[in-house]
Amino acid sequence: MARIGVYVCHCGGNISEVIDVKEVAAFAGEKSDVVIAKDETHMCSDVGQQLILNDIKEHKLDKVVIAACSPQFQGATFMRTVESAGLSPYVMEMANIREQCSWPHFDFPKDATEKAKDLTDMAIAKARLDESLKKKMMPIGKRVLIVGGGIAGIQAALDLGDAGFKVYLVEKDPSIGGHMTQLSRTFPTEDCAACILSPKMADVPVNPNIELLTYSEVKNIEGFLGNYEVRIEKKPTYVDPAKCTCCDDCVDVCPAKVPNEYEEGLTTRKAIYLPNPIAVPHSYVIDVESCLGQVPLACTKCFDVCEPGAINYDQYAEEINITVDTIIMATGFEIFDATQKAVYGFGKYENVITAMDMERLIVHGAEGSPLRATGNRIAFIQCVGSRDEQVGNENCSRICCMYATKLSQLLKRSDPKRDIYVFYTDLRAYGKGFEEYYKRAQGDGVKFIRGRVAEVIENSKTKKLTLKVEDTLTRNIIESEFDLVVLSVGLRPNGGTDKVANMLRISKSPDGFLQEAHPKFRPVDTLIEGVFLAGTVQGPKDIPDTVAQASAASSRAIRLMNKGEYEAEPITATVDEDICCGCAICVSTCPYDAIKIEVSGDRRVAEVNEMLCKGCGSCAAACPSGASQQNWFKTEQLRAMLSAAL
Amino acid sequence: MANKITITSENVEFLRKVEELSGEIITLCDQCGTCSAGCPMVGEMDITPSQMVRNVQLGITDVLDTKAMWLCASCFTCTVRCPRGLDLSKIAEALRQIKLRKAVDYIDINKLPEEDLKELPQIALISGFRKFTG
Repeated sequence: MARIGVYVCHCGGNISEVIDVKEVAAFAGEKSDVVIAKDETHMCSDVGQQLILNDIKEHKLDKVVIAACSPQFQGATFMRTVESAGLSPYVMEMANIREQCSWPHFDFPKDATEKAKDLTDMAIAKARLDESLKKKMMPIGKRVLIVGGGIAGIQAALDLGDAGFKVYLVEKDPSIGGHMTQLSRTFPTEDCAACILSPKMADVPVNPNIELLTYSEVKNIEGFLGNYEVRIEKKPTYVDPAKCTCCDDCVDVCPAKVPNEYEEGLTTRKAIYLPNPIAVPHSYVIDVESCLGQVPLACTKCFDVCEPGAINYDQYAEEINITVDTIIMATGFEIFDATQKAVYGFGKYENVITAMDMERLIVHGAEGSPLRATGNRIAFIQCVGSRDEQVGNENCSRICCMYATKLSQLLKRSDPKRDIYVFYTDLRAYGKGFEEYYKRAQGDGVKFIRGRVAEVIENSKTKKLTLKVEDTLTRNIIESEFDLVVLSVGLRPNGGTDKVANMLRISKSPDGFLQEAHPKFRPVDTLIEGVFLAGTVQGPKDIPDTVAQASAASSRAIRLMNKGEYEAEPITATVDEDICCGCAICVSTCPYDAIKIEVSGDRRVAEVNEMLCKGCGSCAAACPSGASQQNWFKTEQLRAMLSAAL
Repeated sequence: MANKITITSENVEFLRKVEELSGEIITLCDQCGTCSAGCPMVGEMDITPSQMVRNVQLGITDVLDTKAMWLCASCFTCTVRCPRGLDLSKIAEALRQIKLRKAVDYIDINKLPEEDLKELPQIALISGFRKFTG
């Protein structure tokens, strides 16, 4: 015989304004095995939790049912409460009478009360059959894989390395630093981006706990929290960084010219090149795609001139296998491909450029070697590839308003004769110091016009561009000519993210960025244990938010690893070996590859790896003999719940 | 002098009616002006297409007395560009319907000069009567 306590929560009116909580409590009190049934304003408050604790002691309760919000919301809180009274946290059941009752049925209070009774009755029926499951303590090491070496990955690596954890930082490009290396200055303080980034980049290779793997890609990940087996491919650079003195002799003789990615294709580079001026590792690399000397060995010009003998054509891709305990995803973003927005003519008109191009132009302009003329009349078009159903991206990219404000000011201040316009729909200056920065731009004479540009037309002779836009504040249609049009392109998920995310089975939000476990309370966790998100891989954000999130992700990883052991959920599948016939249907239904068939003699039995099992219940549903059962959701429990409901 | 308008629940009624007739959720418009700047007829209009939508959002029935909705040629330029996926030609059509359902005759066949009747193509006359008579 169970001794059950039932608690009905008012949720400060969220529930009690619709549902008659006293009636629900009275109904529950009459159910068999229910020793006590009460209602309370806030069950999750200290008062509510104390009530449960006292009743467990006083009435010797061994099961607790709480009719309140979703277990997703406060389930963990009540589990801790029950646990602190010495019971298994898995004898606590929640009936969700808020999200699934009072909120949707607010206009049918009577029926909602009846439904609340049913839901509570079901939870009681399940609680009767709850077993005292115990969490298992599992050992865990102190090794972290960080995928992506942009500012998010760098920050997380430094935090973890400084805290004494072993970090493997994997970056697909030859240098770490990511998009931030390309920026001119950062808003709203106008710090030089390279100046604040390069010290952090330089700290990475000298940190004794960080193993930096650049020009490397994660090829496969298998395993689980505490035991992720990772296969990494390190591409050959054909240059020994220890010997390379960056003397530039090889670049002078290299005959292969290709567009320079770092300069957004505004300049060219050679096949042997330094990825960027502040590259870490600071060494030349040979891009095998454009090098003429590789297969067959036709050109050895760089090899011939290299005095320190740093060039070695006989390098091969290296496979590196590591085992880590946790993983931080920091694969970042790529900028929206503006050719998709054909009305603005990017890629077709030579004077239509992206904001990233403008960053490079400003950097070179400030160094006294401008890459091209900008003209005096410059227009910024906002929300290109953001907030636009026509290109399938409904989200706001969050940074474009401020970077356009920054770029326009930098241009205006370097030459006050310039006439600069920013065409926006809504100007979002939400961050610290942003509004003041926007005000400064207005004061500097940058003209902000509220209206989304409908189209850009090029004069084929003069190459000047006519914009058509409504000034939505005066309702006039503007048709004006500009020398240069800058598209404030939004942020899209990095194309490489998918590959790694699929290996780990991380879910994505509708905007294509990776999904956090809870938008409010677990913003850097994923639903996969031991996998965390840092930076724009989770959604568009600026540098301060990215850095904050990277530090948050590393501290969440430390929280798991620091004790050397962690609690593993006992909600896994179990197999009754006596009934299992080894048909392997469960093996094919398991989305986590957690089940294997063990053969001993002529007996075939399914075996569940409890570490890999996420407790989804697919195998239990698919099992034809009923051998596979899921802890906390056993078939008999579900049957009891159904009978209570019907 | 600036216009003074009041915003009451009656205004919402007008918005609802246009939404019902057009099948578009007009409150989604965030007034970016893409429709107006790309509209091939905007030069002839007294108010811009986005202004027409704004008036409907606020429930200002005076919009029924503007020319813009009659000048909409349903070319769908705005529709394929609207970042919120609204179909403005449907909204203009809804406004025309509301106006026409009041059963007011805008053309009187007896008052048309005989020369015009001879010269105008029949199809133009028929669609004219369809559109402009109650």
